[in-house]
Amino acid sequence: MTPALRITGLRFAYPDGTATLHGVDLSVEPGERVALLGPNGAGKTTLVLHLNGILSGGAGSVEIGGRRVDPADRPAVSEIRRRVGIVFQDPDDQLFMPTVAEDVAFGPANMGVRGPELRERVNEALAAVGMSAHRDQVPQHLSFGQRRRVAVATVLAMRPEILVLDEPSSNLDPASRRELSEILRGLAVTLLMVTHDLPYAMELCPRSVILDGGRIAADGPTVDLLSDPELMRGHRLELPFGFDPVVAAAQLGQARS
Amino acid sequence: MGAGHAHPLHLERDSPVHRIEPEAKIAATVLFTVVVVVTPREHVSAFAGYAVLLAVLTAAARVPALWLLRRAAIEVPFVLLAVALPFLGHGERVTWLGLSLSVDGLWGAWNILAKGTLGVVASLLLAASTTARDLLLGLDRLRCPEVFTQIATFMLRYLDVLADDARRMRVARLSRGYDPRFLWQVKAFAVGIGALFLRAYERGERVYLAMVSRGYTGRMPAPDQSGASRAQWAACAVLPVAAAGIALAAVVA
Repeated sequence: MTPALRITGLRFAYPDGTATLHGVDLSVEPGERVALLGPNGAGKTTLVLHLNGILSGGAGSVEIGGRRVDPADRPAVSEIRRRVGIVFQDPDDQLFMPTVAEDVAFGPANMGVRGPELRERVNEALAAVGMSAHRDQVPQHLSFGQRRRVAVATVLAMRPEILVLDEPSSNLDPASRRELSEILRGLAVTLLMVTHDLPYAMELCPRSVILDGGRIAADGPTVDLLSDPELMRGHRLELPFGFDPVVAAAQLGQARS
Repeated sequence: MGAGHAHPLHLERDSPVHRIEPEAKIAATVLFTVVVVVTPREHVSAFAGYAVLLAVLTAAARVPALWLLRRAAIEVPFVLLAVALPFLGHGERVTWLGLSLSVDGLWGAWNILAKGTLGVVASLLLAASTTARDLLLGLDRLRCPEVFTQIATFMLRYLDVLADDARRMRVARLSRGYDPRFLWQVKAFAVGIGALFLRAYERGERVYLAMVSRGYTGRMPAPDQSGASRAQWAACAVLPVAAAGIALAAVVA
């Protein structure tokens, strides 16, 4: 099967010379949920911006569903941007239209979807995140958690194959955090989640990769990575006080069965 | 939470005026204002007629008169100038209560007061019956250049975000004992403005990245074109046509 995402030997340096990626290799199968962990400054955001061709120019390649991301090829890039939906960290950056429904319509409208089909996309995406009742509201009037959910909807409306979330649980209260995880678990897409919230990674993603110093430093089942104190310390990762990944994994297994 | 929650110029009502599509209302307001402005100032009865038209409209839009008058106070700074005109004007003078007033200045003051008030009230009625979002939609349908409507759309969304940023920064300053009383203490405020600009600039970049990620290529997708019906255009035409009628009648008489 073609992997949903394949990155080979990806390198990148910003124009000022700061090298952030030093040869990243990563492959994600369709339907997988993967957490991308790593300390601040590890290059996580830089990597994410390569997935839809916003950043490029270094060595190596990114393939989405077997199709190479090449920013020079404009029609291909617009197709890639449909397939890879990125939800940015601050929903106020993502939601720029005056009303929720208009914002959700922005992505599909850019792809040329119009009329009844566009309306259906908007309804479907808002329903998926439980925000249908707020479609005509101004984003500013929503709570932070609601705005984050709408931000997810704006990307879902494009029917992406890969959903990339940058710090999805940041600044959410525990209830909003749980609501979002329920929504994310219900989506039938490949999920790549950049996060510092290790329990969240544990809960949502069976597999994790650690990015540090511009390289993939570890790749394996989330519970294995999190319960390896040596590895964690080596990459400035710390579990919250009192959190035991093995216990959490057992609880997760019980909840599923 | 201040700015974001109540748009102070809009009045949520269900009235025939509220239901009309925005582009027709905008066109009617502009044309009405043009008729008011070109009416010679000596035709006092015409201005009375315009006032009656607006009063009828206010009632139809179910806007309370007091609500409207309070917001019309925005014209006060301009009217202050008008008050000075009778004293400063040249030419023929009249004496009233011991004051020597210029006739030309009196007409000038009346001109500003009458036309200003009518224009402000008409605009307020438009704002009261149309949301800011619909106003932009209306301008868009009236073929206003996309650059302007786009900038205004972003402003509509991000002014509140920016105001929130500014408020948080102010609270943080106050919390650290900043309590400016004198001009030379203004530095922290000025630096704050600079920081706010940088934040806005950086946000602009992030917003753009998020837009590009959703397939933005430099053109906004065209909004659905439904627009005002003929009946709505006709209903809106009543205002400027009636005003023009009044003006003609006054001038001919």
